[in-house]
Amino acid sequence: MIKEMVCVSCPIGCMLTVELNDNNEVISVKGNTCKRGEQYAVDECTNPVRMLTSTVRVNGGVLPVVPVKTAKPIPKGKMFDCMEVINNTVVDAPIRMGDVLITNICDTGVDIVATNED
Amino acid sequence: MLKYDLVVIGGGPAGMAAALKARECGVQKIIILERAATLGGILEQCIHTGFGLHYFGEELSGPEYAYRFIEELKKTDIEVKVDTMVTDILPDNVIVATNNTDGVMQIQATAIILAMGCRERPRGALDMPGSRAAGVMTAGTAQKYVNIDGYMPGKKIVILGSGDIGLIMARRMTLEGAKVEMVCELMPYSGGLTRNIVQCLDDMGIPLKLSCTVVKTHGLERLEGVTIANVDENRRPIPGTEQYVECDTLLLSVGLIPENELTRMAGIVIDPITSGAIVDEYRQTSRPGIFACGNVLQVHDLVDYVTQESQIAGEGAAKYILSGGKNNEYAENTIRVKAESGVRYVVPQNINRSTDKDVKIYFRVADVYKDTSVVVTCGDEVIYKRKKRKLAPGEMENVAIKLDDIAKLSENEITVKLEV
Repeated sequence: MIKEMVCVSCPIGCMLTVELNDNNEVISVKGNTCKRGEQYAVDECTNPVRMLTSTVRVNGGVLPVVPVKTAKPIPKGKMFDCMEVINNTVVDAPIRMGDVLITNICDTGVDIVATNED
Repeated sequence: MLKYDLVVIGGGPAGMAAALKARECGVQKIIILERAATLGGILEQCIHTGFGLHYFGEELSGPEYAYRFIEELKKTDIEVKVDTMVTDILPDNVIVATNNTDGVMQIQATAIILAMGCRERPRGALDMPGSRAAGVMTAGTAQKYVNIDGYMPGKKIVILGSGDIGLIMARRMTLEGAKVEMVCELMPYSGGLTRNIVQCLDDMGIPLKLSCTVVKTHGLERLEGVTIANVDENRRPIPGTEQYVECDTLLLSVGLIPENELTRMAGIVIDPITSGAIVDEYRQTSRPGIFACGNVLQVHDLVDYVTQESQIAGEGAAKYILSGGKNNEYAENTIRVKAESGVRYVVPQNINRSTDKDVKIYFRVADVYKDTSVVVTCGDEVIYKRKKRKLAPGEMENVAIKLDDIAKLSENEITVKLEV
C-alpha cells in the first residue's frame, strides 16, 4: 500500500510517499530531505507522536504563566490527558529555563519542562 | 548627543542577530532600542515548537530560540534600552527616541539597522459589516492573552484566515478546551505552512473551509455569531451561500504588514509588493548606512531565515562602519533583480556587481504550482534552473547565485521566474 503524507518534523513540510507491506510495516520512504522525515513516516504509520506545548500557572512570578513543552514527543492520543495534568499544576517562582515542572506526565516517560524564565 | 557606531531598532530575533553579527565583525559601540519591556519580540508568545531546526539543528520553542540570543547578548557589552520608542530618523542618521527614564534623546549613529518586525492586519482593514462587539481580535492578540497573560479570550471560536498564527491558535485554543468551529480562508489554498494544516487542523479535527469568508458579525456587547459565505473566483461572496455560525470569538489571521512607519519617515524607498525597503545584497536601503532585516523587510515563514538575513545586514553594517561610513558607489554597478511570471517579489532587489560573496535571492510565488522550474535569466542566458515539485505562496523560496556568475553577467538586470 502507498500512503502520502506531509512530514511535520520541521516547517519545510516535505511531501512523503510511504510504501507499506500487508503487515502495515514501512518498506520505503520517499520525498524526505532529511533523516527526520524517514523516522516521522515510520512513527506516523505505527505510533504517531507530537510535541505538546502549553503554559503552567506560576505563583509569585512576573507573569502569571510560564511556557512549557514535553521534553520529547508524546503519543498523539495522550495530548488531552496531558493538558488536564498541565492545567491542574501550579508552580512557584523563580522558574529557570529547562526546569522540570512535571515528571513522567501521564506515564508517557516524558517530562514537562519550562521553556522560559519567570 | 549620544553617539554610537550602530543603532539597532528592534530587539526581536532580527535585531538581536544583526547586533551580534556586527559585533562579531568588529563593530565597537552598539545599542539596541526595544519598544517592549523585554527582548525577544514576538517569539516570547510563540510557545509552540518548530523554531531553530535550520539554524541550531534542533527543535525549539519561540522563547527558547530568543533566549539563546539574549544569553549571547549578555556576554557582550552591546547596550540595550527596553521600553524605548524610536519616533523619528533625522538626516545624517540621527535617531530620536524616548522612554520614561531618559526622556527624549537624540542618538548619532554611523549606521542604523531597521529591525522593527511586522504587525497583523486588523479588522479595520477588512471591510466587515457588523457592530463593534467584544470578541473580535487578531490571532496574535489572542495568543498573547493565552500564552503571556494566562487567560482564554473565548469558548466558541471561528478563525478567519489560515495564516500560520491562525492555525497555531486553532490548536492552542482547542487544547485549552475551546471549541474551534472552523477556519475560513478567502483563497482557494491556505496561506499557512502545510505542516501547520496537518498538526493544527487535521490533528484537532477542525475543518478548513477554502474560498470562504466572514461577511457579517452579530452581537452588540459580545460577539454572538458570524455569517460566512463562499466566494467566487474574484473573491466576492456568492449570494445564497450564507450560513450562520454561532461563536463568541472571531480570530483574524489575515496577513502581516511590515511596520515601516519609521522607514517611510526616513524617506527610504519601499517595494510596493513586500511593503519593505528596497535593499541590496547586504540589505542596505536607499539611504546610505541604513540597513533593514527580518519581518520589517519581508514577512518570513521561519525565524531561522530571519536570523540568517539579519546576520547579512549585521555584516553589511559592519563593513559600512569599518570602512569609515563610505557608501559603495553602487549606482552604475548595480544589477537589478526582477520578479516575473509566477514570482511575486524578490529580496534583495539590487546586487552590487563587485560584491564579495554568493548571493541568495529570496522570493515568493503568486499561486500554487506543481512540477515547475525556477529559472534565473540574464538576457537570453539561463544562469540558474532547478525543478520544484511544489511551490506555494505560503512558503518562501530562494535561489543562490554564485559570485563568479554575478561578475560575468552580460547585462545589469536578472530575472527570477517560473517555467511551467
